[in-house]
Amino acid sequence: MIATIGFYVFAVILLASATMVVTARNPVHSVLFLILAFFNAAALFLIAGAEFLAMILIIVYVGAVAVLFLFVVMMLDVNFAELREGVQRYAPVGLVVGLILLFELGLVLTGWHFAPSAAEIRMSPTPTALSNTAALGNVLYTRYIFLFQLAGLILLVAMIGAIVLTHRERGTARRQRIGRQNARQPEETLAMLNVALGAGIDEIGILRPLPDPAPVGAESHALPHAAEPH
Amino acid sequence: MQPVIVHYLPILAFLVLAGVIGGALVGGSLIAARQKPYAEKLSAYECGFEPFDDARRRFDVRYYLVAILFIIFDLEVAFLFPWAVSLWSIGLFGFLSMVGFLAVLTVGFIYEWRKGALEWE
Repeated sequence: MIATIGFYVFAVILLASATMVVTARNPVHSVLFLILAFFNAAALFLIAGAEFLAMILIIVYVGAVAVLFLFVVMMLDVNFAELREGVQRYAPVGLVVGLILLFELGLVLTGWHFAPSAAEIRMSPTPTALSNTAALGNVLYTRYIFLFQLAGLILLVAMIGAIVLTHRERGTARRQRIGRQNARQPEETLAMLNVALGAGIDEIGILRPLPDPAPVGAESHALPHAAEPH
Repeated sequence: MQPVIVHYLPILAFLVLAGVIGGALVGGSLIAARQKPYAEKLSAYECGFEPFDDARRRFDVRYYLVAILFIIFDLEVAFLFPWAVSLWSIGLFGFLSMVGFLAVLTVGFIYEWRKGALEWE
C-alpha cells in the first residue's frame, strides 16, 4: 500500500523533473532538476527491492557525476544568450535530426516484444533469504568476471586519459623530499650564539640559511619566512 | 511488493520529520519575528562579500581532474561492497578476481601519483 503510493509519488516527481531538465532555460536549474530525478530514481529502485543500486545511484550519480555536471555548466565560459542566436538558422537541420530520432524511437516502441523466457523467469520466486547486495556479489566477480575486469580497464583508461588531457607540470609544486629531510643535520640549520642580556635579535642580525644550489624544498623554504621579525 | 521496503520506512519518517522541522524553523521565524529589513541588514554578512563578477567564467581544468579522479575511485569502492558481502560464497576465485581488478586500478593510481596529478600546485 505504502509502496504503491510511494511508487506513484516518486514516479510523477521523476517524470516532472526529467521534463524540467530538458525544458529549463537556466542550465544550472537543469542540473538541479537532474539531481532531483536521480533521487527519485533511487527511491524507485528501493521500492523495486534493488537496495544496492539505489544507494550507488545516490553515491555515484548525485555525489560525483552531478558535481561534475555542475562544474561544467556553472564554471565554463559559455554565453548562453550567444548560443541561442543561431536558432533560426540551425532549426531545419535540428528538425530533420529530431524527426529521424523520433522515427527510430517509434520503430523501437512498436517493434519490441517480451523475451520468450521472460514470463518464465517472472514466475520463478525471488529468493528472500538473499539480500540484493549479496545477489549481485555472488555473480559479478565469478560468473561475469570478464565484464568486471573490463570495467576495471575502462576505469584505468578514464584515469590515464583524464591525466594525459588535463595535467601539465607547472613546476611550482612544493613537494616533500623525504630523502633530503632525513639527510639534514642539525649543524646545517642550528647555530648556538652567546647573546648579551637585553640584546634583541635586531642587534645580532638574523641568520638565514645558506642559499641552496638545488631547487628549494618545502622544508628549507619555510625557514627564512619563520626568521622574519614580526 | 518486496519486503525490503519496510526497513526503509524509518528513513522516510526521518525525511518527513526533517522537512517539517526545517519548514517550521523558517516559517516560525517568518511568522513570529518582527521583520524590519533595510539595505544593511539584507546585505551579505561579515565574511560574505558582494558579488562583483559574473559567475560564468573560465576556470582551471584541474578542478575537473580532481572530480574525475574522485569519481573513478568512488566507483572502485562501490565495487568492493558486494564483493565484501559475498566473499564467503565466491571463494578464492572471487577473491583473486577482485585482486586483479584492484591491481589494474593500482597501476593507474601509481601512474597518477608519480605524474603528480594529486599535487595541488
